[in-house]
Amino acid sequence: MTGIYLAGALILSGLIFFNRNRLINALLIVGFLTMQWGYTIYVITHKNMTDLNYFRHDAIAILLLATLGIISIPALLHSYEYIYKEKDNARSRSIYYASMILLIAAISTAYTSSHIAVTWIFIEITTLCASALIFHRRNSGSLEATWKYIFICSISLIFVFVGILFLSISYGKTSEGDLSYAALLAKAPEMNTKWLKPAFVFIFTGFTAKFGLVPMYTAGIDAKDKAPAPAAALFSSVLMNVGFIGIFRVYEIVAQSQLREWAGHLLMIASLLSLFISTVYMLKVKNIKRMLAYSSIEHVGIITLGLAAGGIGYYAAVLHTILHAFVKSAMFFQTGQVYSIYKSKSIYYVGNYFKYNLPGALVFLAAFICITAMPPSGLFISEFLIFRSLFEGHQILVMIVLAILLTTIIWAFGKNVFKLLYTLPVNFDESKIEKVNHGETMMQFILVSLVFYLGVFQPAGFVNLINEAIKNLM
Amino acid sequence: MINVLLITFTISLLYLSIANRLLTYVRIITFQGVILFGVAFFELREINTVNLAFILLETILVKTLAIPMFLIYVIKRNNITRETEPFLPNFISLIVITLILVITFLISNFITDKSLSRIFFIVALSTLFSGLYFMVSRKKIITHVIAYVIMENGVFILSLAVGNEMPMLVNLGILLDVFVSIFLFGIFINKVGDVIKDTDVTHLSNIRD
Repeated sequence: MTGIYLAGALILSGLIFFNRNRLINALLIVGFLTMQWGYTIYVITHKNMTDLNYFRHDAIAILLLATLGIISIPALLHSYEYIYKEKDNARSRSIYYASMILLIAAISTAYTSSHIAVTWIFIEITTLCASALIFHRRNSGSLEATWKYIFICSISLIFVFVGILFLSISYGKTSEGDLSYAALLAKAPEMNTKWLKPAFVFIFTGFTAKFGLVPMYTAGIDAKDKAPAPAAALFSSVLMNVGFIGIFRVYEIVAQSQLREWAGHLLMIASLLSLFISTVYMLKVKNIKRMLAYSSIEHVGIITLGLAAGGIGYYAAVLHTILHAFVKSAMFFQTGQVYSIYKSKSIYYVGNYFKYNLPGALVFLAAFICITAMPPSGLFISEFLIFRSLFEGHQILVMIVLAILLTTIIWAFGKNVFKLLYTLPVNFDESKIEKVNHGETMMQFILVSLVFYLGVFQPAGFVNLINEAIKNLM
Repeated sequence: MINVLLITFTISLLYLSIANRLLTYVRIITFQGVILFGVAFFELREINTVNLAFILLETILVKTLAIPMFLIYVIKRNNITRETEPFLPNFISLIVITLILVITFLISNFITDKSLSRIFFIVALSTLFSGLYFMVSRKKIITHVIAYVIMENGVFILSLAVGNEMPMLVNLGILLDVFVSIFLFGIFINKVGDVIKDTDVTHLSNIRD
C-alpha cells in the first residue's frame, strides 16, 4: 500500500506540474486528498503491520499521520484561494502544488518508515520540496530564506548521516546491516556506549533543524516567515513533527541503554536554551509570522522537556505535539487572512481586527487561548502534566525557570495579539478591504475546536494509542 | 596504499587553507575526487561487484567531473571574481586547520576497539570540521558551496570505513551527494546570480528581527 501511495503521489504531482488548467488542478488535488485519507485509513486499520520491509504502522506513526491527514485538507484548499488570487504565472503555481503534494507524501512516509536510513531519505526529500515552497514568491527575501533553509538543512542531514554511521559502528560487526528501529531497540542494551554517545549527539543535532530546537532552529524561522501562509502552516506543524519522530525514535533506542540519564540531560539543556531564545525573541519580534514561528520554538522546547522529564511527561509530550500542530497550523492559516486585509505582516500596521474580520478575529482569540495553555484548552492539560512530571522528577529549579519563561512569553504574545485584535490600526485605508473566504475560517475553527475536544474529553482510542506509542520508554 | 591516499587527502586540506584563488579550490576538489576513487577502490573489495562499480562510477562522474565542471561554469557565468576573500588571513587559517588535525588526533586516542580504523576516523572528522571552518571564514556564497562539498567528502570517507559491513550506508552517502548537488547547484546558483548581482554573503543577511 505504501508503494501504491508513493507512486500515486509521484504521478499526481507530475500531472499537476504539467497541467495549467484550474479545474483539472482542483480535481487532481481532490484526488490526492482522497488518496492521502485512503492511506491514513489503511494505516489505522492495519496497525503494527509491516509494509514493503521498511515501513511499519506503529502507534506514533498512526497518531502523527492522522494529524497530517487533518491538516493537509485545509492546507491544500487554503492554497487554492491563496495562490489563485495572485495573477502571476501558471508555472510557479503548478510548481507550488506539485511540491506541496510531494512534501505531504514525503512527510507521511517519514512517519511510517521503520528504518533509520529510510527516514533519513524521506526527510531529505522534505527539505527539497519545502525549499521549492519557500521560493514561491521569487524575490530576494524568499531567495535568502530558501538558501539558508537548504544550506542549514543539508548540513544538519550530514550530521544525521554521521550519527547513523556512528550508530552502525556502535552496533558492532556481527550485524547484517540491519538498522531498523526494531532491531536497534532489541540490540540497544548491548551497544557500545562510547559510540552511541556521539551517535545520539549528531543525530539529535541534525534533527533539530526540522524540529526547531537549539542549535539548528534558525533556518525554520526564516522559512516560515517567507513561505506562503498555507505552506508555513505545514512547516510549523507537520514538518516539525517529522523532526519530533526522528528524535523520539532515536531517544527510544538510547533510553534502552545505560545512557538514558545522560541523554535526558542533553534534551533538557537543549529545551531550556530553546525556551530562553524564544522568550528573548518573542519580546522583540515585530512580524506576526515570525512571532508564531518563535512560539513554535517555545512549544518544541516544552515537548522536549516532557521527554527529558520522563514518567507522565512522555504521554504529555506526544499529546502536546499533536495538539500544538492543530492550533499552530490554524494560526498560520489565519495570518494569510490577516495579510490579505492589512497587506502587512508587521504588528505596527495592524489592529481592530474584530471590526474588519469578525470570524477571523474569533479564531485568533480562541487560538491564542489555546496556545498560551489557558484552562479549557488541551495544551493546558499537556503542559500541566509536564509540570507534574518535572515535579515528580524533583526538577524544581527547572520548573521555576520554565514558569518564569512561559509567563514572559504569554505576556509578549498577548501584547501583540491584543494589539492586532483591539487597538486602532495606523494609516489604514478601510475602503480597500478584500473579502475573505469564510469557508476557510470555518476550517480553522474546526482545527482549534479539535484542540479543545482532544484535550478535555480525550477519547479512549486516542489515549490508548498514545500509551502504546510510549510503551518502549516506560 | 590507503594510508598514503588518506594522508595526501589531509595535506590537500592544508593547501586549501592557504589557497587564494577559486580555481585552485576547484582543482583541489577534483584532486580529492580522484583520491576518494582510489580509497573506495582499495577499501571496498569485499562488497559485490555491481555495487562497487556503482560507487566507483559515482566518485569519478560526480565528485571528479560533474561538481568541479559545474563550479567552473557557475563561476564563469556569474562573473565571480577570482579571489576567495577570506575573513581571516591565510596564516591563521593554516593554524586553525592544523589545530583541527591535532584535536582529532587526540580524540582518536579514545578509540580502542577494532571496528573502525583510526586513520579513517581522523581524516573524516578533520575534513568535516575543516569544511565547517571554511564555511564560516569565507565571504562568497560559492565558497560556502565548495566547503559543503568538502564536508561531503569527509562524510564519504567515514562511510567507506564501515562500507564493508554496510554497503547500504555508502550508497546513502552517494544519494546525499547527488541529491543536494543537483539541487543546490543546478537550480539555485543560477537563481542567486539572477536575483543578487554580487554573489557575496553580506547580501544574504536582510531577514532579521
